[in-house]
Order: sequence, then C-alpha cells, then structure tokens
Amino acid sequence: MFVIRPVAINLPALQFTVSDQAILQAVNLTKIYRSGDRDLAVLDDVSFDIEQKATCAIVGPSGSGKTTLLGLCAGLDVPSSGEVKLNGNSFKGLSEDERAALRNREVGFVFQNFQLLTNLTTLENVMIPLELRGERGAEKRAKDLLDRVGLNERLDHFPVQLSGGEQQRVALARAFINQPKILFADEPTGNLDGDTSQRVIDLIFSMNEELGTALVLVTHDLDLAEKTERVIRLHSGKVQADSNAVIA
Amino acid sequence: MRQGFFKSLFSGWTWRMAWRDSRRHRGRLLLFSSSIVLGIAAMVAVGSFGQNLADAIEVQSRSLLGADLQVNSRQDFTEEQRELLDSLGEERSYQTTFSSMLHFPLSGDSRLVQIRALDGEFPYYGEVETEPVDGFERFKKGDGVLVEENLLLQFDAKVGDFVNIGAVPVPVVGALKTVPGENMVFATVAPRVFVPDDVLAASELIGNTSIARYRVYFRFDSPESLSAAETELNKIRRKNRWGVDTVEERKRELGNAMRNLNRFLNLVGFIALLLGAIGIASAIQLHVRQKLDSVGVLRCLGGGIGQTFAIYLIQAGALGFAGVIAGSAAGLAVQRYLPLAFQDFIPLEIEFAIHWWPVLRAAGVGFGICLLFALIPLMQVRRVSPLIVLRRSVAQIGGKDIWVGVLYLAIAAGVTGFAISQTRRWEHGVGFVVALAISILVLLVVAKFVRSLARVFIRSWWPFVVRQGMANLHRPNNRTGLLMLALGLGTFMILTLYLAQYGLVAELLPNEENNKPNAILFDIQNDQLAGVLDILKSQELPIVDVSPMVNMKLKSVKGEDVRDIARRPRRLEGDDGPPRRGPRGRRPPGWALRREYRSTYRSELASTEKILRGEWIAKASFDDEFIPISIEEGIARDLSVDLGDELVFDIQGLELTTKVASVREVEWRQIQANFFVVFPAGVLEDAPAFHIVTTRVADAEASARMQREVTREYANVSSIDLMLVLDVVQSIVSKITFGVRFMAFFTALTGVLLLITATLNSRYQRFREGILLRTMGANRAQILWIQFVEFSLLGIMASFTGILLAVGGQWALSSFVFEVDFKFPVFPVMAAVGANYLITVLVGILGTWGITRHPPLELLRAEA
Repeated sequence: MFVIRPVAINLPALQFTVSDQAILQAVNLTKIYRSGDRDLAVLDDVSFDIEQKATCAIVGPSGSGKTTLLGLCAGLDVPSSGEVKLNGNSFKGLSEDERAALRNREVGFVFQNFQLLTNLTTLENVMIPLELRGERGAEKRAKDLLDRVGLNERLDHFPVQLSGGEQQRVALARAFINQPKILFADEPTGNLDGDTSQRVIDLIFSMNEELGTALVLVTHDLDLAEKTERVIRLHSGKVQADSNAVIA
Repeated sequence: MRQGFFKSLFSGWTWRMAWRDSRRHRGRLLLFSSSIVLGIAAMVAVGSFGQNLADAIEVQSRSLLGADLQVNSRQDFTEEQRELLDSLGEERSYQTTFSSMLHFPLSGDSRLVQIRALDGEFPYYGEVETEPVDGFERFKKGDGVLVEENLLLQFDAKVGDFVNIGAVPVPVVGALKTVPGENMVFATVAPRVFVPDDVLAASELIGNTSIARYRVYFRFDSPESLSAAETELNKIRRKNRWGVDTVEERKRELGNAMRNLNRFLNLVGFIALLLGAIGIASAIQLHVRQKLDSVGVLRCLGGGIGQTFAIYLIQAGALGFAGVIAGSAAGLAVQRYLPLAFQDFIPLEIEFAIHWWPVLRAAGVGFGICLLFALIPLMQVRRVSPLIVLRRSVAQIGGKDIWVGVLYLAIAAGVTGFAISQTRRWEHGVGFVVALAISILVLLVVAKFVRSLARVFIRSWWPFVVRQGMANLHRPNNRTGLLMLALGLGTFMILTLYLAQYGLVAELLPNEENNKPNAILFDIQNDQLAGVLDILKSQELPIVDVSPMVNMKLKSVKGEDVRDIARRPRRLEGDDGPPRRGPRGRRPPGWALRREYRSTYRSELASTEKILRGEWIAKASFDDEFIPISIEEGIARDLSVDLGDELVFDIQGLELTTKVASVREVEWRQIQANFFVVFPAGVLEDAPAFHIVTTRVADAEASARMQREVTREYANVSSIDLMLVLDVVQSIVSKITFGVRFMAFFTALTGVLLLITATLNSRYQRFREGILLRTMGANRAQILWIQFVEFSLLGIMASFTGILLAVGGQWALSSFVFEVDFKFPVFPVMAAVGANYLITVLVGILGTWGITRHPPLELLRAEA
C-alpha cells in the first residue's frame, strides 16, 4: 500500500497558537480514502483552531479538501489521523451516537442545498434539533427564530412551496435553534441568485453576531470569504495560506 | 438527551416524526401494504374457516353418523348375531348396501349405483333431505325409491318416473339430496338409491352380488348404555370381523382430516404471504433509498442511530399493520365463501361466525413475517452516514452488518418453524421451505440472467425502442428481480396444480393405439357367463379377459391367527417412532387382515402383471402339500409375507393352506380385473365364483347399448365403463384442486398486485425518462413501444420460468408421489403463458399510461 501525497508545491511551514478561547481545534488532521487498490490522501496534516465568536472562511479550488475538512470538523466523519475538539470535547473515540449528541449540543449547519426535510413544514423543520434532544419549548423558540428570519407567515408551508432564499432562511433558523457554539456553512449561497445571496449572508453574519456563535464558512466565493475575519486557503489537502498564521 | 432505540420507539416525538415524514408518501405506503393483504386474507380465511369447521363438527357431531353407534360387516348378520345386536340400544336400523345397475326404462339407460335397503328410524340425528321434502317419509312407507338427485338430472328422469331395480319396476318418490354424515363426493363416486325392503326382496339381487355390506345403526338414551354396548361389541368385533364406528370416532377422523386440510391450505396461503412480504421488503428498500437524505439530515442535526431507525421502523410497522387490518377484513369476507370451495367434501353445514383467536393468530404471523422482511432493507437506515448531507456518494458507515445475517436466519427459522407447525413433520416442513427457496432462487437467478442478457445482447443496429425497452431491464433501480418473482411464483403454483390434475386424469385416458379394455362387467354368475359373452359377441365387442372371482377371507398368516395378529400392539416395546405398517413383528393394517379377498385362478400371468420374485406356478391340485399362490407386492408388504410364507384362506368354511410362490407387480391403473391373490388353475374351479369380463367399447353409445342389453337379460350383472370412471375421477380431482387452486390464486393475485405496485413505484423514474425522451422528440407511440418491449420480455421470461418450475414440480409429483407417467399438455400451458404475458403487458402499459397524454412541462411540474 502506498499513499499519494497530492501536493507538488513547496509550502512554507505554518504554525498556529492554540488559544484557550478556541471553540474548534483541528490538530494534524489527515483523511485518506481508499480508491481501488490505492490510498488517496484528501487532507494531509491540517491543523488550525477557531476562537469563540470568530468568523472564518475555508476556501480553495474543487478537490482541495474543503468539504472533507468541514465534515471532520463537524464530527460528520472520522479522520484517518489527528483530532478534532469542539468546545474542548474531542470527537476522538466517540461512538456515532455520541458524536451526534455533541453536534446537537454545539453545532449548527447551513448547507448549499438547504437540506430541509421535504415532508415537514417550515416550523417542524426548525424544531427538529430541540425535539431530537427532547427539549420542551421548541415550538416557541422556532417561531421566534422564524420571525427573526422574516418567515413568520410561512410556518405551515412545505419546503417545495418556498423559494430558494426562503428555504435557506428556514435552514438558518434551524441552525440557530439549539444556540450552537459554532455554525458550519457549506457554500450557503451556492444555489441562490445575487440579491438573495446578499440577504442570506447579511442574516448569517448578523445572527452570528447576535447569538455569539463562531462561524466557519466553506466557499468558492472569495468576496464572501473576505467578509470573515480569517481565511484559510486549502490546496490539494494542505493549508496553503491562513490569514491568522505565523510564518516560521 | 440521546435516546436509545427502545426508548425512542416509545417516545411520542418518534411517532410524530414518523407521521410527519410519511406526508406525501402515505398513499404510496398504503399501496405497498396491499401486497400482503391477500396473504393475510388467505391465512385469516383459512384460520377462521378451520375454527368454524371445528365448531360445526362439535355441534353437529351426532349427525356425522346419524346415530350413536354403527356396526358394519361384509357378511349378512346371522340369527345369533341379530339376537345380540337387537339387545343393544333403544332403537336400531339395519341397512344393506351393494352395487347394482339401475335401469331407466324411459330412456333405456343403465347406471351402476349403490343400492341401499333400510329399515327402522334411521337417521336418529340429522335429516335425509329429499325433493320433495316428504320423499323420505314416502320411501319409508314403501311407496317407492329415492334416487340421487344428480343421477335423475343426468338421465333426464324425474320424481314419479319408474326405474327398474333388477327386473322390478318401481316409482321414484324423491330426489335424494343429503344423508347425514355423507358428503357429495360420496354421491359422485357411487350414486345412492334407497330401496324399500320388499322391492329388494322381489328384485332377487342381493343373493347375486359379490359385494354387499351390512350395517346396523343404534340409538342410545344414555351415555352409560352406549358405553356398555361399546364394551360388549369390542369383545366380539374381531371374531365377527365387524367394524364398529362411534360418533367420537367419526368426530376424531373428520377432525383430523379437516385439520390436515386446514394446515395444507394454510401453507398454500402462506406462500402468498411470503410473496407479499418480499414485495413489502422491496417497497421498503425503495422507500429507504428515497429517504437516505432525510436520515442523513436527522443524523447530522444530532439524531441518534436508534432514533432515526425507530422512525422508519414505525412507518414500516404501520404499513404492515394497515396490510394486516385490510387483509383480516378481506379474509373474513373470503371466509364466507371458502366453504363453497370445499362443500362437496364436508358432510356438515358450516355456519359463518367470526372467531377472533384464529384471526389474531393469522394476523400476528402475517405482521411478524412482514416486519422481519421489512427489517432487512430498514437496517440500511442504521448505517446512513451523516456525511451524506455533504457528499451523496458517502452513504454508509461501518462494514458488514451482522444484523442483516441474523435477520435472514430469523426469517429462515420463522418460515421453517411455521411450515413444520403446519405439516407436523419436520422433514415435510423443511422440504416445503427448501422447495420454496429453490423456486425463489431459480426465479432470481433467471432474473439475473435476463438482466445480463439484456446488457450483453443489445445491438446498436436494433430499433431504438427495442434497445430502450431492453435497457430498462438492467438499468439502476430496475425491478426485474421482484417482478420475475411476483409473476413466476404465481404461474408456478397455479400451473403445478393444473399439471398435477392433468397428469392424474390423463393417466386414465384410453390409449387409442392399443386394444386395452375400457369396460368391465362383473357379478356374472356361472350360469350367466355364456349368455353375457354371447351378447358381447352379438354386438361385435371384443372379449379381452374373463376372470373368475372367488371370495375368501384370511384365516392365518405364517401360522398365526389373524385375530391374534390384529391384537398386536401398535408399538413394540422401546419403539418410539410412529406406528408403522408392514415390517415383521408389527401389526399389519386391519383392513388387510379383515378384508374379503376376491381372488382368481388362472394358468397365465395377465398383461398387467409382472413377477418380481419367485416362480409363477400355472397348475396345482388339492393333492399337493400346499397350494402355491402369487401375491401382489403391496399386500405382501402390508402382511409382512414373502416367498415361502404360509397363508391360510377360508372359502365359505373350507380352509385352504397356501404358500407364497411368487410376488407380483400389478399395474392397478389399467382398467382390468386385477387381484391381490392369484391361485393356479386346478384348485378353485369348483368353488362358488362370480365372473368378471372386460371388453372394449368404441364410444358412449356402444357402451350404453351393451349395458342396456346385459341389464335387460341379467339384471344382477353390473357394468362400468371408463368414460364413467373418467367422469368421476375428473369430477373428484377437479373438486379437490378447485379448493387448492382457490388458495393458490391468492399467490397469483399477490403477484399481480406486486406487479402493479412495482410499476407504480417506478412510475416517477419512467415519467422522467419518458419526459426527457419526449423533450428530445420521441412520440407517444415510441414511448409506449419501449414499455411494451420491457414488459413483454418480463412477462415471457417470468411465464417460462414459472412453467419450467411447474414442469419440474409436476415431474417430481408424477415420479415420487402419484407414480404416474409425466405428461405435458402443450395448449393449456401455452394459454397460461399468453394470459400471464397479457396481464404483465397490460399492467405495465397502464401503469405508465398518463405519460403520453400530457405535455412534458405539465408532467415535470406535477411530478416535481
């Protein structure tokens, strides 16, 4: 068995300081996929941390490992080596259900294709994270959030009855209902037109600030990335540049 | 807080979520559930029918016999015996039964019937039903005879007409409909004619028959006196070679027979349920596949594996439950009609009543099987990775799921357990499951073959619609396997039953190429033989065979008195197995010991016989130390005798010591006078004998002409022709198979339902493809042709595989069960292929019909 290291460029060594304030810590993350009889390293020794209430964009070309990194950071997948800590809790050694519980407690998600449950109403979609943990008062919180994103008139509508922008606002309300410490957004405007994108972006940033949530954005859109405090650039599975990094 | 599976299963939210998530799919889920409706219906109907039958047996038990006790004998009761019998019971009726010809003077026709002379007040329980209703009363007064209703219809005779019993003309006072404890099949085999005593005496038939039975029916006022009489009769029954029958015995025998019938029908219904469960599994698989994204989202938002699994398990359970409710309701409705399928075999009035226990039991089995099958695709839910929300290609977590293997084992164990519980023999239960598994496997292998064939054989120069239609068979998400199973299994079952019936009846059909006899004349006395042969010669009918027949009884076997042998225990010490017949040391069956042996004597083997071992001895005399006889292999096995063993026969008081000189194989199926025991020439010539003559008649008219002439000259001589035998066999076999076919149709209909649901399930996919093709310029006809090609191939392949399996089944039944020649009726089988093909194509085309009637844009919106 051999490992293909996808990088042929000389990258300067990047060093990070791990803060006590870090809500997310990614330490030496490597992800190797098996492809036929070969192993393919999609992420290679990536480390960084995100402080509480910070905003960060992960950018890079297609195939650079952005989505893989997001999946690992959110505990949706398990790294081949390395470790992810969320609010001080390591995903390492946790079972599927324990990782799900940690996500439910600490993480909010926004996806490019909204990922709403098509058979559930707007209100029901937003309530899910709290209902999953059996918490009371989900309906009131969901209504408040839907009011906040301007959809209080569309509580009983189904996703197919909403526009793309409206669906993403529902996803946003759902992402914030469990008062997450960190919000992961995967190309949140990828399926939206220009004006709608702007409104959704404004909403993400303003709610992020209001609720004191850290934000990790994965995007191709460099203009959107520029709105965050920090940009991590991936290339072929390695961190090519990090605006917070200290170059050794 | 994270909830485990069991906690989630009882959480209100999980149920709410299952309900919410099922929106927009409920109609489709209900459609899925329809695939088990018929299986459940079959089992509920059979279960409830069985309970009603058991109730009827219990309530109407005494009418099963028409009396409290019955004694029967093959010989007329002596004065001494009558004295004893007359001392038993409060009331008694004597009945004499024998076969003879009934002559209809108006039409000139004759028919072999069962003549019954009856005195006393029988039946004591239940009623003899006649048309008109006072027919039985008039018969008892001696006004005339009662003739089987069907027989009157058959010969276009009516009440008031005269018939001849022997040479005595007597009016018909009623058409006989039912006799307590006797079923319609009884009447089909031997139509009954009740004759007053004085008519019987005047006919002089009774002394001229070889086969008569004598019965006494008793009525007792108290159970104590009945019990005392039973004890008394048991002491003397063996000595007198009497059979004693009680209500309890009749109840037990009928109960056993009905339970066996019920279990068999349950198994047939179970196949429909299994096919439905496979349909459910396939539907759930499709449902889960469509729900992978939802599962991923729930997992991503923090849903535990147990929580998400519980949601979809509840949906599958609800689907099964809906099927069970609908199936139970349908089963109860069908149960009302099930007695109609078996009424000719059941000598009881069955009343419809709902019994909840059998319904719940059948529903429980159905629900359990359905859930077990549904769990296999549902297991996939547990393995959906939350990463699927980011990457569609990553859908699964973990390696092989051991639980799927456990489920397969549980299904195998459940199905085998049920089969064994129904067959009551583990080897039969396992055999049933193995046969079913082989059938399913063959159909699935053929489906795989069809898919490969469709992939490999498509040629670029073939018309576009043919290539598209064939490609549909192997494209992703194809339903080829399921549809092959659905269509093939139904075809297999229905055709196997048909072929079995055909094989049995065809065995009796006359072979035109040879000169085998097809009519028998019997009960011909010594002084009548020459006259009967003259009649045959005058009508230019060939005399194929003349056999004398001497009645005798077994006195001892290998030196042991048959009465002592009959007293042997059923089981020997240390023998734990079921009672067996035959092997040395065990008790031979009572009938083989008690029966009246009708033996012949001749110097040559008949064409239907073959010596298996020993030597055929043509001639012998009383001067010999013993008489060498030839014995048929089956009865030799039953009596545990072989070459050299001694048998002593009693011929009207004269004891004859014989030794087995040869063991013969007899082809019983041939219409011929066949015998268990054949004596050599030179021994029995002076014994009182009847003769049997076999001949060959060209057609029904020639047969009727011969019978008329013989009956007119010799009223006691009976005749029977192959056409009549065929009629009777065909009628009985078709009555038996009708009931089984009735149940097998549940499987066939389940197959059609699966075809419908699978077609509707793939409707969206077909619509999208159709729309794409239409957008690119395909016309309606082309789209319909694509569907036509696909469903044609499916229909043809499924039908042929079903036929292949049925032929295999028929071959196995012919060779190992019925031991008849394997026969294959080409035309009806091809008709079955055609019908199957038409149904498949029709459902396929109708399932995608709308696609050609709307503009593409409208459809895209509607289906979005």
